[in-house]
Amino acid sequence: MAAKLRQPGWYRAAWMVVLGIGITFGLSIGLRAAFGLDPVYDPTAILTIGLLMVPFFFLGGIGCFDYWLRWARGKQVTDDHSDHGATSWKDYFKVNTDHKVIGIQYICVSFFFMFVGGLMAMLIRAELAAPGRQFVDPNTYNGVFSVHATLLIFLFVIPVFAGIANYVIPLMIGAPDMAFPRLNALSFWLLPVAGVMMLLSFFAPGGSFASGWTAYAPLSTSAPTGQLFFTIAVQFAGASSIATALNFLVTIITMRAPGMTFFRLPLLVWANFATSLLVVIATPFIAASQFMVLLDRALGFNFFDVAKGGDILMYQHIFWFYSHPAVYIMMLPGFGIVSEIIANRSRKPIFGYRMMAFSLLAIVLLGFTVWAHHMFVSGMANWIRIPMMITTAIIAIPTGIKIFSWLGTMWRGVLKLDTPMLWSLGFITMFTIGGISGVMLAMVPLDIHVSDTYFIVAHIHYVLFGGSLFTIFAGIYYWFPKMTGHMYNEKLGKLHFWITFVAFNITFAPMHLIGVQGMPRRVADYAQEFATWNIIISVASFALGLSTLIFLYNVIVSWRSGPAAVANPWRALTVEWQVSSPPPIFNFDAIPSIVGGPYEYGVPGAVHAVFKEPQPSAAVPAGVGAVAAQASGSADDSDDEEAS
Amino acid sequence: MSESPNRPGPTAKQWAVLLALMIVSSAILIAIFLVIDWFPVAGSNVSDEIDTFWDVLLIVSIPIFVIVTGVLLFSVWRWRQRPGEEELDGPPIHGNAKLEVIWTAIPTVIIAALCAYAAVLLLDIEAAPAKGTRVVNVTGVQFAWSFETNEGDRKIKANRLVVPVDEPVQFKVRSRDVIHDFWVPAWRLKVDAVPGITTSYSLTPTKTGTFDIVCAELCGLGHAYMRQTVTVLPKAKYAAWVAGQGKPAAPAGGGESAGLSAKELFVAGNPSVGATACGTCHVLNAAGTKGATGPNLNEMIPKSDSKAAIREMIVNPNAEITKGYAQGIMPANYGQVLSAKEIDELVNYIYDDVQGKG
Repeated sequence: MAAKLRQPGWYRAAWMVVLGIGITFGLSIGLRAAFGLDPVYDPTAILTIGLLMVPFFFLGGIGCFDYWLRWARGKQVTDDHSDHGATSWKDYFKVNTDHKVIGIQYICVSFFFMFVGGLMAMLIRAELAAPGRQFVDPNTYNGVFSVHATLLIFLFVIPVFAGIANYVIPLMIGAPDMAFPRLNALSFWLLPVAGVMMLLSFFAPGGSFASGWTAYAPLSTSAPTGQLFFTIAVQFAGASSIATALNFLVTIITMRAPGMTFFRLPLLVWANFATSLLVVIATPFIAASQFMVLLDRALGFNFFDVAKGGDILMYQHIFWFYSHPAVYIMMLPGFGIVSEIIANRSRKPIFGYRMMAFSLLAIVLLGFTVWAHHMFVSGMANWIRIPMMITTAIIAIPTGIKIFSWLGTMWRGVLKLDTPMLWSLGFITMFTIGGISGVMLAMVPLDIHVSDTYFIVAHIHYVLFGGSLFTIFAGIYYWFPKMTGHMYNEKLGKLHFWITFVAFNITFAPMHLIGVQGMPRRVADYAQEFATWNIIISVASFALGLSTLIFLYNVIVSWRSGPAAVANPWRALTVEWQVSSPPPIFNFDAIPSIVGGPYEYGVPGAVHAVFKEPQPSAAVPAGVGAVAAQASGSADDSDDEEAS
Repeated sequence: MSESPNRPGPTAKQWAVLLALMIVSSAILIAIFLVIDWFPVAGSNVSDEIDTFWDVLLIVSIPIFVIVTGVLLFSVWRWRQRPGEEELDGPPIHGNAKLEVIWTAIPTVIIAALCAYAAVLLLDIEAAPAKGTRVVNVTGVQFAWSFETNEGDRKIKANRLVVPVDEPVQFKVRSRDVIHDFWVPAWRLKVDAVPGITTSYSLTPTKTGTFDIVCAELCGLGHAYMRQTVTVLPKAKYAAWVAGQGKPAAPAGGGESAGLSAKELFVAGNPSVGATACGTCHVLNAAGTKGATGPNLNEMIPKSDSKAAIREMIVNPNAEITKGYAQGIMPANYGQVLSAKEIDELVNYIYDDVQGKG
């Protein structure tokens, strides 16, 4: 037992959390007594210090810092790889440095929060089924929709993409792991900390944070204690994002296999490269905005108190400087997933590969120039609106290039309409609707009428549900055989898609209409005239919620007892499919070298990667190499033609 | 690159059918979407312009959606994998520079045109108000609006917004606590009420009647209930209303809401003056309400409390806060929006129930 308490793990985490809480009380009470502050016992002060400090005791206890601390103390730090790879399900509950284990940890934890956030959506729709009060009081309602949005943005869409990329990208670029495996583990363990903190807010006096996921000041600076849980949890989720993004950037730049030039990268890698740039540049801004709220609340800094020289619009500018790029953080990885699937399921090279890569970078650049379109009615300087309208509308052009290029990829292909492909096609149609309503919202005169209405709710759900979530489902089904070594059930996968697709549209399409008609968003109650549409929406949303249970059943049963998956069930060319399912513990028994593009379907004899046996004397079979080199040569030629 | 014999492009006939189907379905969808009654009643001079802009956006957008979906469905129909084609690959087409230029250029032109239209329209609807335009000062507070305007030398303060038809009016919007948003859907314009600054917009109401005022920015607990109404009167009736506003307001309970029983007020409030229902947040046995945001009145108020104490709780809710509840949650506007008689009745109603006489 004593050994268990000393070793990294849950036992040590438990007593260290207790210790951390004790130190928090001691610090707060001791310092307040020392400075003669009254009262000495201040629950809000204790909570603030505790939320900031106790997570580090948990992370230390579970074992995120052991290696670094040993190294810092000058101890011997030979790495025996004992914390790498998983041999039983228990290993997934430990600090692990294997990117494949971390990827699955990310995905499972994110989906846990998706189901929690989804249940909150059900509660929201139950309350809105009829005008007046159904189940929850207005304060709880505001808390539930705030936590719903926060969980699904910070604990689901952003991290689940990081999880899929964590699993797939090192394999795709022929790397044995991520560049910083221990930082990778820390990034993951920050997530449950942030998620649990957000859920704990419901136990705070005055209820959970209820000022929306946007937490506009001064509502957030004057809200009850629950707001603290948002302000601080976002710091942990943000730190996790930034660390992972840095890890991806370094991994993609420095750890590509021999021959893997940037223009031979699969588009999923390009997409995560672009996303990571956005995360690294933008995420510090939301961290800053929330630190300012924290300093206002805890120490009276008055950033947002106008009576003392504060500036309220400043909060919105800083917040949206992150939160608009965050929309692309939540979408670009999905573009990458869909590019992989559409090329593979159409059995054709991706149409206009270079434009697909450049359009991602264009979106990164433009994404930083549009934030104030969230503020057209905020009272900011009027002149900003027309330039921001134009930059916002321009983003439709690179996005359009992507959609048309996917269609070009499908044109004259051999389209295999299985589950991942159905989700990808569903994504294209639904995201087109979300994109179109986005351009409409960019148009200032219309936006003035529909901003802060259900039209916005419809738009963001077409983008984040019909867009991001559809690509997430596509990606999970596509890489499921690789991750688990088992095939999923195709019939259940298709059933899941069709029920979701229909229920999704009945749920969210009418919201466009009631928004234009004048129903504001974020309300627990609404005028009688919207009652008919709202009951229809609520009933459809319950079907939408239930459809996710088909997914849950499918993945659990298939993971336990699905038919064994072969290494390459999709006849794909990218590297992750050239190793066993699941891959060997260090990814590659033989070192890959990249000899051609990733999507050379239909090119006779085309190869993307060849594997060199570890023995230096063994040569690549001459025939394969020659054909592959030829194929890649001709592919490059055609690319040049199109670029010129 | 070799042509794949199994995957020829569409025949001339298929092209014709595809194009015809896309044109017909665009036309049908545009017709349906234009018939839908999207907007609330058009009540201001800018309403029609914005509604027309919306129609233009629909007419431009629908064909784009139809083209994307049409090409997608056609590809699925024409080139889906059929039995025996499991090992087949498509032709290795890597791109087509001409096509890529076209599908970059056409959206660019559409975007440029829409932006130009939007910019011109924005300048038009936000043209600076003429000198001497009537100014209404709008002030938001959790969770109600109040209004103030000058008629001649007289300052008219009211909790109801009343404006004359067909006369331009400029709203200067302020907030006393958090951000609100002053929106009359029938007029199509909205702007945030931001503490510390004054925001504004101008328009001319063109329809008489009563329209909703909606708070469109989350402002806390009572945000959903921050709904009031604006009354647009013909000029003669407006003048009469102005004349009737001269009398000095009663010191407490100066509101104009009248005629509601205490129970009605407790259960449903009076949105037209900005009075939130007590029962949304409070339990009171006599009213049968189950709100849990604020304290249970039957438990919180001791039997020893006088009617004056209960009255103080209603008109000055932040003076004393029940343990476990936060400051500033309960609207502090009841003293202003309810009439003296209503407050008296409400006090009696609560007092009787707490005493067990209800």
